[in-house]
Amino acid sequence: MGNRIFGKKLGMTRYFLDEGKSVPVTLVQAGPCIVIQKKTIDKDGYEAIQVGFEEKKESRVNKPLKGHQKAAGDKCFQFLKEIRVKDTKEYELGQEITADIFQIGDMVTVSGKSIGRGFSGVVKRWGFSGGRWTHGSRSHRVPGSIGNSTTPGRVVKGRKLPGRFGFERITVKNLKVLDVRPDVNLIAIKGPLPGSDNSIIEICRL
Amino acid sequence: MSSVIEYIENEQMRVDIPDFQAGDTIKVHARIKEGDKERIQVFQGFVIRKRRGTTGASFTVRKVSYGVGVERIFPLHSPTIDKIEVITKGKVRRGKLYYMRKLKGKAARIKEKR
Repeated sequence: MGNRIFGKKLGMTRYFLDEGKSVPVTLVQAGPCIVIQKKTIDKDGYEAIQVGFEEKKESRVNKPLKGHQKAAGDKCFQFLKEIRVKDTKEYELGQEITADIFQIGDMVTVSGKSIGRGFSGVVKRWGFSGGRWTHGSRSHRVPGSIGNSTTPGRVVKGRKLPGRFGFERITVKNLKVLDVRPDVNLIAIKGPLPGSDNSIIEICRL
Repeated sequence: MSSVIEYIENEQMRVDIPDFQAGDTIKVHARIKEGDKERIQVFQGFVIRKRRGTTGASFTVRKVSYGVGVERIFPLHSPTIDKIEVITKGKVRRGKLYYMRKLKGKAARIKEKR
């Protein structure tokens, strides 16, 4: 069985462990992911399975995509994602990948899109300290000097400046699975995960 | 909030905790682990605040021990709490009794509810 699944971040809460410790957990709806297509070395140059996650109304899907997904069953999905596998022969079209690939105590790696913050200044984006707020200071959240004068006469590449921040793929490693409920496809992972609630994340068992 | 989170939190919450308010004198039986031995320590005092919430709810108990004020914060749903006994109901007019920290001796008493 594979070690990778797609899930939806539901939100955070806390768990009390038996010894009384209270730990922060993120609840994730992990799967079910349905195998929709198999990519093989002969045909596509690599081995992978395409899975669908989160059902979608059939009327919302256009005909080509509908036909593509109908090959595996009669359901349509919001997200179609690929999972690289060693051998696609282990999988069948329409097969369900569910949360039971995880066990309590497993260490996982989670990837997701971080919360988009739009065009942000250097204080938020790069953690600059900014200037004084009082005592006549007029430089509050400005970056300050961004380089020298005539030599070199240009701004050095890689200079930290304002710009688009967030909504990029973030991977968090070594997170512990504290709870698995295969009947409702729910897992609880210790600590925070990237992205906002209800965003799609990828969970990989180490 | 997602109903799934609510469901999981309800599972974590304890239903055997008696109802008490700020001003009540209570006995908290807390489990304490020392090495591999476990014993129960009783902390008696009056509740100066209850913080609401689901699994995150907590309460603070204050007592004066040998002239020194001691406050302990317990998570309401923590499994380390063996049991809670309500000894007396207090008659107070506030939800948070922070003013009790400044009072000493005879002034630092709470009238019992009749």
